[in-house]
Amino acid sequence: MTLDEILEATEAELLVAPPFNIDLESACASDLMSDVLVFTKPSMLLVTGLTNPQAIRTADMAEAPAVLFVRGKYPPAETLKLAEDLGIAVLLSAYTMFETAGLLYNAGLKGLGKLPILRQGHESTQKRR
Amino acid sequence: MKRQLALLGFMGRGGALSKVHELVRETPVSRVMTVSPFTLPPEATMKQLKDLLQKHRISGVPVVEDNELSGVVSLEDLIHALENRRLDAPVREFMTSEGLITAHVREPVMEALRRFENTGIGRMPVLDARNKLVGIVTRGDITIALLRALQDLYNEAEAMADRPQHFFGALESENTSLQLRYHVAKDDFAHGGDASAKIKRALLRIGASPQLARRVSIAAYEAEINLIIHTDEGGLILADIQPDEIIIVAQDSGPGIADVDLARQPGYSTATAEIREMGFGAGMGLTNIERCADRINLWSAIGVGARLQMMFDVSPREVGDD
Repeated sequence: MTLDEILEATEAELLVAPPFNIDLESACASDLMSDVLVFTKPSMLLVTGLTNPQAIRTADMAEAPAVLFVRGKYPPAETLKLAEDLGIAVLLSAYTMFETAGLLYNAGLKGLGKLPILRQGHESTQKRR
Repeated sequence: MKRQLALLGFMGRGGALSKVHELVRETPVSRVMTVSPFTLPPEATMKQLKDLLQKHRISGVPVVEDNELSGVVSLEDLIHALENRRLDAPVREFMTSEGLITAHVREPVMEALRRFENTGIGRMPVLDARNKLVGIVTRGDITIALLRALQDLYNEAEAMADRPQHFFGALESENTSLQLRYHVAKDDFAHGGDASAKIKRALLRIGASPQLARRVSIAAYEAEINLIIHTDEGGLILADIQPDEIIIVAQDSGPGIADVDLARQPGYSTATAEIREMGFGAGMGLTNIERCADRINLWSAIGVGARLQMMFDVSPREVGDD
């Protein structure tokens, strides 16, 4: 899904333009950066209400080329600066996380699907490759 | 193959092909055209055209009357005039004026290319929004601009790739490794992730696969964040990159982890509400690290500190040898 389609679906504003055209294959919505890192897939859109620079850092680690902030929470300048430096697109939607996710899903953006159930105790943690 | 992988790594998201795509799709005609081209009035003679083409080594010029584009006259038209011995005739008689094909200054180069392909013409006058002549564009202009952009991309990639590319191959020792060291300050959220990002870049540069680089950097990032959140005075991240194994160590000098087994359980965290508000402290850090690393060792003593060692196996596939 192109950035334009995402902007349209979520009535979002483009705060930092990407350095080149990007095509997003899936999305992950979370305010927990560790969760994002577990579910990471390249070409993923990160949807989050967390507007500090770590959201951009996490996107960089996860190779997510774009971050969509929700609930109309305008990110601080240092977040936008880091996004520009790292070449990560930043979008802002006034919808809540739930509604933003719903709008994107309706528009055809895929999620990351089911994950194995993680039980207490580390014997069940699965290796990622 | 190693080199190509490193090149891809350098080009990162997008890759070389999409750069070329982007170039053709996004570059406007204004970037490749010749600005303020030579023009001739309709009453200029074919002889004047011949002199102009010869002098400036060009192959055609727009014909302009009263600031309006009225046609294009080219080398081909000159040949017709020569065949008919009509060098004294005005260019008006030989120029193309009906169905004149033009380019728009803001349209993408790709559109202009398509028009060249479809019509077989050699040049197009370029018009602005008010239909005023602002330039001229030839197939050659587009080709040269694209080749130049490709050359820049290639040079950039080459400069990157030439440096530590054959790092391990060129060195002979019983035990070769590259060591990187980073100090991580407590509470320094602004720079949290710097060390891990640098480790990732280093790995890509020496030819690690993007998958391996991602696994290592995600684990390093979680460990880096732990140093920022949980330590008394921050700590150190050490990366020891060997041909067949990568070891990342995060160590600090306190306060130490009270119950290491408990700390390793998914969802267990001692982080404050404040930290949680920043998106961390969900108790998934060590779990995540264990998912990414092939083996970990976690040692800690209260009042002494903690040392987390993460080991990553480097299979030939992950260095990019195949």
